Amino acid sequence: MIVAEQKPLKEIKSLVGEAQRVLIVGCGTCVTVCFAGGEKEAGILGSLLRMSARMEGHEKSIGEVTVQRQCEWEYLDAIGGRIAEADIVLSLGCGVGVQALAERYPDAIVIPGLDTKFMGLPLEQGVWAERCAACGQCILGLTGGICPIARCSKQLLNGPCGGSSKGKCEVNPEIECAWQLIYDKLKAQGRLDLIMEITPPKDWRTGRDGGPRKIVREDLRLVEADKVTA
Amino acid sequence: MSELNGYKSGSNLEKVLRAGHFAVTAELGPPKNADGEVVRKKAGILKGFVDAANITDNQTAIVRMSSIGAGAIAFQSGLEPVMQMTCRDRNRLGMQSDLLGAYALGLRNILCLTGDHQTFGNHPESKNVHDIDSLQLVQMVVGLRDKASLQCGEEIKGLNPRFFVGAAENPFGDPFDWRPYRLGKKAKAGADFIQTQLIYNVPRFREFMKRVVDLGVHKQVYILAGVGPLKTPGAARYMRDQVPGMDVPDEVVARMEAAGKGIEDKKQKAAAFKEEGLKICVELIQQMREIEGIAGVHIMAIEWEEAVPIVAQRAGLLPRPVLNGN
Repeated sequence: MIVAEQKPLKEIKSLVGEAQRVLIVGCGTCVTVCFAGGEKEAGILGSLLRMSARMEGHEKSIGEVTVQRQCEWEYLDAIGGRIAEADIVLSLGCGVGVQALAERYPDAIVIPGLDTKFMGLPLEQGVWAERCAACGQCILGLTGGICPIARCSKQLLNGPCGGSSKGKCEVNPEIECAWQLIYDKLKAQGRLDLIMEITPPKDWRTGRDGGPRKIVREDLRLVEADKVTA
Repeated sequence: MSELNGYKSGSNLEKVLRAGHFAVTAELGPPKNADGEVVRKKAGILKGFVDAANITDNQTAIVRMSSIGAGAIAFQSGLEPVMQMTCRDRNRLGMQSDLLGAYALGLRNILCLTGDHQTFGNHPESKNVHDIDSLQLVQMVVGLRDKASLQCGEEIKGLNPRFFVGAAENPFGDPFDWRPYRLGKKAKAGADFIQTQLIYNVPRFREFMKRVVDLGVHKQVYILAGVGPLKTPGAARYMRDQVPGMDVPDEVVARMEAAGKGIEDKKQKAAAFKEEGLKICVELIQQMREIEGIAGVHIMAIEWEEAVPIVAQRAGLLPRPVLNGN
């Protein structure tokens, strides 16, 4: 899932600024699961902003609405009326959600209430960790299901650097050394031969370095290719 | 290749190793400013006492004069440089263009490194690169030399750079069992020589080298053991407790601490610590010479270049061989 964290209230207030009518838009998918921008968080943030405005003597009307999935335009159609009434739309979606709102409603002023952090999983209640960097060319089949691109601080492809110590990364003892994990896993499975060969330089074009990415599946498209050029 | 008479690069370090001498390299840290005089002065201290000196590349992720700039000054001062190059600050384009420039300036040795993470240095908010890793860098530099081709496969028309290619290994990094294989991978990538991380735990290093020898890797690359004089007990403790991947046994720390016992005068105390540090370093070199597969030592006297001639002298490593011509 996409893991995000709410911005500090001070920053959110500064982004809201003088706007009178604020619509907070929560998202019912990833950010609900990571307790950052679901219906509950939208409600709490709404109360905080109302309270804060009252204490500072401002008049603000703050509404909340949560859509099932903010990153798809069709889920945003139903809230068009409420968006039209707002001076500012405070999205509690991930970066994709914020942009989906801004694209679907070009006249609306949309601001982010979250900082989108990474693609990861919950390790335990309240703890999330990064697992995928969306490099566009998955190598997990060669590395025992542990990603050195997302989990090695230096994205190394040929084993650990000299800073790997007692299973930890040199950057921070909280970070596990991805290559220690890979080594342990492959050793246990008797597959160390997978990392004995030299892995050649990665083609980063499939990742962000090739520019913003897009996938076109002609087999799924409902309109002719030349009609839509997004 | 004919003009190099069978040498890969024709560097002094290559010739010394090929001739079977026990090689000596040291480290020259460039200044945190643009003063070439600092490099000239340090080169003057090391010249004649080592076969080549490593010029660090933004070591510990702190901005310093570039290893190529400082290396060129060292070269002009008569000290053969080993240009260090990390994968942290440049992508394959930047690295290759720098390699062409470095060669044109007379540099002939390179040490390929991953690079300390930028969060340790003075620009922790910076972006890192790691387009390629140190092993892939070795392959790239070897390709420039042996295939006369750029990493992309494009042929180099005209003079191609022919470096003597080194890589590093930390025998004390984890996973310990994997390290000899990683060294083997670096040899397979085409590394000509290896310089190791600082060694203070000799028994553990012996264990590592035994496995390296069992794998036959010592016959594929020249392995230079990393040693260095400690300046103070504090430095020893810091390396033991704070530097990831360093192994400084308690006995070494205790020896450094004991050296200053009973000395009140601050200057005398500091001198006693330094003396003990030099002594330990000389002993380490003697132990390294007896380990099968070790072709030389790499003396890392960080910001203490003056210690290198003393250590080399006391360890019986002088005079250094002079290999003129081919």
